[in-house]
Amino acid sequence: MENLKILLVDDEEEFVTTLAERLELRGFQARAATNGEDGLHMIEADTPQIVILDVMMPGLGGLEVLKRIKAQNPQIHVILLTGRGSTKEGIEGMQLGAFDYLMKPINIEELIKKMQEAIKSQP
Amino acid sequence: MNSKNLWTRFTKGLLQNADDDTANRYRILRRNIFILMFLITIVPLIIMAVIYQHEYQASLKKEIVNPLKTLANKTKHSFELFLEERLSVIRFIASSYSFEELSDQKTLNRIFKTLMDEYCCLIDLGLINKKGIQLSYVGPYEFLGKNYSKQSWFHEVVVKGNYISDVFMGYRQFPHVAIAVLRRTEEGRYLILRATIDTSKFDNIIASMGLDQESDAFLINSEGILQTPSRFYGKILDQYPVPLPMGNYGPIVVEEVDPQNRKMLVAYAPFAKADYIMVLTKQRSALLKPWYTLRSKMLFIFAISVVTIILVVFKLVDTVVKRVKEADEKRELAYREIQHTHKLASIGRLAAGVAHEINNPMAIINEKAGLMKDLVAHDDQFRKKEKFLGLTDSILQSVERCKGITHRLLGFARRMEVQLVELDVNELIQETLGFLDKEALHRNIELKLQFTDNLPYIFSDRGQMQQVFLNILSNAFAAVEDKGQIVITSWEEDSDTVGVSIRDDGSGMSEETISNIFDPFFTTKQKGGTGLGLAITYGIVKKMGGEIKVTSKQGEGTIFTVYLPKKAKIGPGE
Repeated sequence: MENLKILLVDDEEEFVTTLAERLELRGFQARAATNGEDGLHMIEADTPQIVILDVMMPGLGGLEVLKRIKAQNPQIHVILLTGRGSTKEGIEGMQLGAFDYLMKPINIEELIKKMQEAIKSQP
Repeated sequence: MNSKNLWTRFTKGLLQNADDDTANRYRILRRNIFILMFLITIVPLIIMAVIYQHEYQASLKKEIVNPLKTLANKTKHSFELFLEERLSVIRFIASSYSFEELSDQKTLNRIFKTLMDEYCCLIDLGLINKKGIQLSYVGPYEFLGKNYSKQSWFHEVVVKGNYISDVFMGYRQFPHVAIAVLRRTEEGRYLILRATIDTSKFDNIIASMGLDQESDAFLINSEGILQTPSRFYGKILDQYPVPLPMGNYGPIVVEEVDPQNRKMLVAYAPFAKADYIMVLTKQRSALLKPWYTLRSKMLFIFAISVVTIILVVFKLVDTVVKRVKEADEKRELAYREIQHTHKLASIGRLAAGVAHEINNPMAIINEKAGLMKDLVAHDDQFRKKEKFLGLTDSILQSVERCKGITHRLLGFARRMEVQLVELDVNELIQETLGFLDKEALHRNIELKLQFTDNLPYIFSDRGQMQQVFLNILSNAFAAVEDKGQIVITSWEEDSDTVGVSIRDDGSGMSEETISNIFDPFFTTKQKGGTGLGLAITYGIVKKMGGEIKVTSKQGEGTIFTVYLPKKAKIGPGE
């Protein structure tokens, strides 16, 4: 479970870097990107097993990023983060191939549980 | 108030939806429509009745006037014929006999006897010479040698050739009429033959008219002196009390009021040769009897019509105004609902925006505090580790609370995700009560469940339905005192609907509170109330195609009633 490569994509830099650090503390290999383009580049450079992706981002939106990830690397598990109560985006994301979605602020233990489920679900 | 003001007020009240005092407005509306309808139905009726009365009276009068005139004329002719007959027989005698023969008392006696046999009513007969001296006389009086030259009738007969006197009382107090003719003999001598007639025949003629009790017929002369007795106006030679019409006239009918204040129709028919006027009077009331009968019948019908119209109009107006009122109320309700929905929608959008904006910094706080906790937790050297962990936990808990609030806000706003499953409402309520069991036990609140067994399942969203009942129950718990009572009842409202009521014996609510109770952010709780619970409940119930109603009385308690369709009809959301 440890040594999982995780990529965090969120426009809130403070959030994403801190969360990455916390995951690092728990033994994950977590990297952070603050926009969709950077995120996609980083996936190309070093493909992670799990991407944690914010839905609401300026520029390239989370769902668009999700589509591109799934187009190129369908094996990557994507867990979406939404800041909005509307689960419309969450459900849409799951239809596009996301594993699940979480609402911010997130509970790190819950996130890890979801990641574990995602890995286990792999055929 | 002048008529213009009244009219303005009237039309304003009738046509304009003045939304000032509502109860008053419907009262005015009702009154105005009533007056209007009453007028447009009654006025033509009245006009018709008046015209009919007028026309009928006119034609009736004509029908009465003409026969009256004819009868008067006919009777006048009878009189004239009678008098003319007497005149002509006297004239015949004057022509047939010589002056000498007529001046002979014996011959005159013979002639008079024969006349008495042939013609009734002759009293006497006499010859008068040119100087006015009575030369011969047959009759009851001693007139022989009497000089008439100073009397007016003598001059009249000399000038006109014949004469008919007014009625006069003879010596024996009998009404008489004197008639006289003048003849000029071949020798150029004047011969005046004069006869007196008993007027009892006049009475016969009048009797033959066959008059009824209200009618009167008599003769008068041009001065209005009665020539025959009258039923109403006295005996012979009395003055007829009604002024005569002026001027020369043929037979006419006039309306008169006699000294006894009777309204009369009077026919006057003046004689051609004598100074008599035939008078025929009839009381109007008698003449118009058929009219009065008809009028009372018409009045009766009129009254019945008016009463019927009033009743029908009243009922009609009542129905119409009720309908208008209902329509107004429905419109008002629909409008309020739309307003409410709009309010919810805009507040929802605002809440969603706010929640989202807050969620991001909250997420940062969460992660920073989390990291702080992680770092301290892994650092065994950290001096005030326990205290620090307590602080970060406290931050994280606060974040959790904020999350709860923003999630509720978002939950209120968002398009609700619905998962329809078969639900047993009774079981669902039992389950929901599980959240509140402890509080009920603690506060000694009696929970009374009046469930209908075998209640049909509803097809709806479990979580949302739970939220509905939880919100209402929380309010009920907040409303009741310790040791209070909450009664939950469930029933099958109809084939499509299940009803649930939650009644508490708490403090109840004011009208104002009730009207705001489903508005977002409206709360009466001193602290801790977001004012979203019942707004969310309302939103969910509406979205599921159900109804929620509140009745409350201050000091007695509140009843929330929820009607849920067996198959949730998901309405449009945000």
